[in-house]
Amino acid sequence: MSMIYNTAAASFVTVNLRDKIEETHKKAQTNRVKGITLVWKEAVNIGVGMTATAIRTENLTREFNKTTAVDDLSIEVPAGIVFGFLGPNGAGKTTTIRLLLGLIRPTGGRAEVLGYDVLSRADDVRSRSGALLEHPGLYERLSAADNLEYYGRIWRLPAGERRDRIKELLSHLGLWDRRSEIVGSWSAGMKKKLAVARALLHRPALLFLDEPTAGLDPVAAAALREDLATLAAREGVTVFLTTHNLDEAEKLCSLVAVIRQGRLLAIGHPDDLRARSGRLRVAVVGRGFTEEILTLLRARQEVADVGVENGRLIIDLSEEAAAAPLVSLLVRAGVEVEEVRRDKESLEEVFLTLME
Amino acid sequence: MIADIGTVMSKELKEMLVFGGGKGRLGLLVLAGVFGVFLPLQVGRAWVESPAGLIYWIWVPLFLVTSVIADSFAGERERHTLETLVASRLSARAILFGKVGAAISYGWGLTLVSMFLGLITVNVAHRGAGLILYSAAAGFGAIVLSLLGAGMVAGAGVLVSLRASTVRQAQQTLSIGIMLLIFIPVFGLQSLPAEWKAYLAQTAASADLTRVVLTAAAFLAVLDYILLSAALARFRRERLAAG
Repeated sequence: MSMIYNTAAASFVTVNLRDKIEETHKKAQTNRVKGITLVWKEAVNIGVGMTATAIRTENLTREFNKTTAVDDLSIEVPAGIVFGFLGPNGAGKTTTIRLLLGLIRPTGGRAEVLGYDVLSRADDVRSRSGALLEHPGLYERLSAADNLEYYGRIWRLPAGERRDRIKELLSHLGLWDRRSEIVGSWSAGMKKKLAVARALLHRPALLFLDEPTAGLDPVAAAALREDLATLAAREGVTVFLTTHNLDEAEKLCSLVAVIRQGRLLAIGHPDDLRARSGRLRVAVVGRGFTEEILTLLRARQEVADVGVENGRLIIDLSEEAAAAPLVSLLVRAGVEVEEVRRDKESLEEVFLTLME
Repeated sequence: MIADIGTVMSKELKEMLVFGGGKGRLGLLVLAGVFGVFLPLQVGRAWVESPAGLIYWIWVPLFLVTSVIADSFAGERERHTLETLVASRLSARAILFGKVGAAISYGWGLTLVSMFLGLITVNVAHRGAGLILYSAAAGFGAIVLSLLGAGMVAGAGVLVSLRASTVRQAQQTLSIGIMLLIFIPVFGLQSLPAEWKAYLAQTAASADLTRVVLTAAAFLAVLDYILLSAALARFRRERLAAG
């Protein structure tokens, strides 16, 4: 019998990408102070209108006829982080992005993006932002290079810089050799990658990504997620990411907000949100999880819930209780314990709890 | 803003001409063949010398612009590229005038090419009869009226395309509009009493071509201005983004 007592091991794995992003952001910040990073990028990021807060909304509301798509939303997103905006389909995520980009007008409240009011200074907001919206928005009759060339000219990048930047981004995403191909013949994953390149082309201070991995197969989604993580980190850009993929949010985001029917349900670091539920979970792998054992555990004060899922015994602790006495109890009761894992609730479980 | 209009125009023209596909390029060749070679050969010197030729040169850009302007916004909406475009830094004017400019350049440009081809064809077919040229009024009229005619259809087309949910819907609406524009005067004239028709024919025959051209140009210029202003007023990011 081997026993591995691994505290929150699962969450260590999932925060790897997030840590990488935060670390690189910090590095970029230090480099900026040293004056090493590009002066241009610095001008964009710290220039007029840029504040330590990238997005601030106060009671932001948007109604469509009798439906309230965004309801009294008040959030603050610090600059330089990947912010996850989570919610089920129809929660108001896309409407929030449209409001923040000044594409639609709020019916109540206000929003400030990069220091600019989205109602009166929408052009300034759009000039400093990049967006990958619900659809990739690529011209499928044009080549990949033509698509980027067009947006490079829209963003007024000088010809030389445009060429270099297109090469840099396409090379990073593994698309450089296919730059002359017509985009219409590409897979959904490749199109999404190209759309990410287009959104980052002008080195925006803020990047809106509306469910970037939606509709992709798991392999393509994972590849895009990896690319997003490294690009966001390297570019030092603030990312506003909407998703209903909790795994994605957990891997990429250092701050998440959960909305449902336009209303903000929770906001915080993924770990804080998990901790906020106040529950710790112990998963036991082994044999002998009989009904008597379950009854025995349910009788314990520190056990909030207990059950068997996929052959594993799952014990929810009602508070910061120690798991060791429970494990000893199981062993004494004749359970053959092979592995014990202690973890907080996953973000998905927190999300589902919030949705209830 | 001029640079932004140029950016949108060049991309639109690239899509129309370079990436229009073999079918599109064949269509352009047929058009140039019909109006630049076949009809000039059939009609002869009158193709260049008769003021009636003006009617062709106003009609050709109407047809050409209609075929592309319907796609301007309805096509982007259908292909889900419109929201990304309106989320960029481009102003409403730059997007709208870029698209209208591209459609006009396409229609008017091909009309001028056809006019020039026709001139060469007539001169080659009647070589030895001296240089055959459009009269100043007819040449000026053809160039200006075809431009303003293209502008009129582009203005009307962009208005339709801004509202239409599909390209097909926009094309149908525009086609009906163009048909009404052509058939109402034709059938209207035919239904007039004989003495009225005779009076109109006499007036047209005795009319000063320059004055007719200038009057038509002024009328079309005002119409173009109204249509483009209406299109600009109708350009609402909110409506386009919500698509």
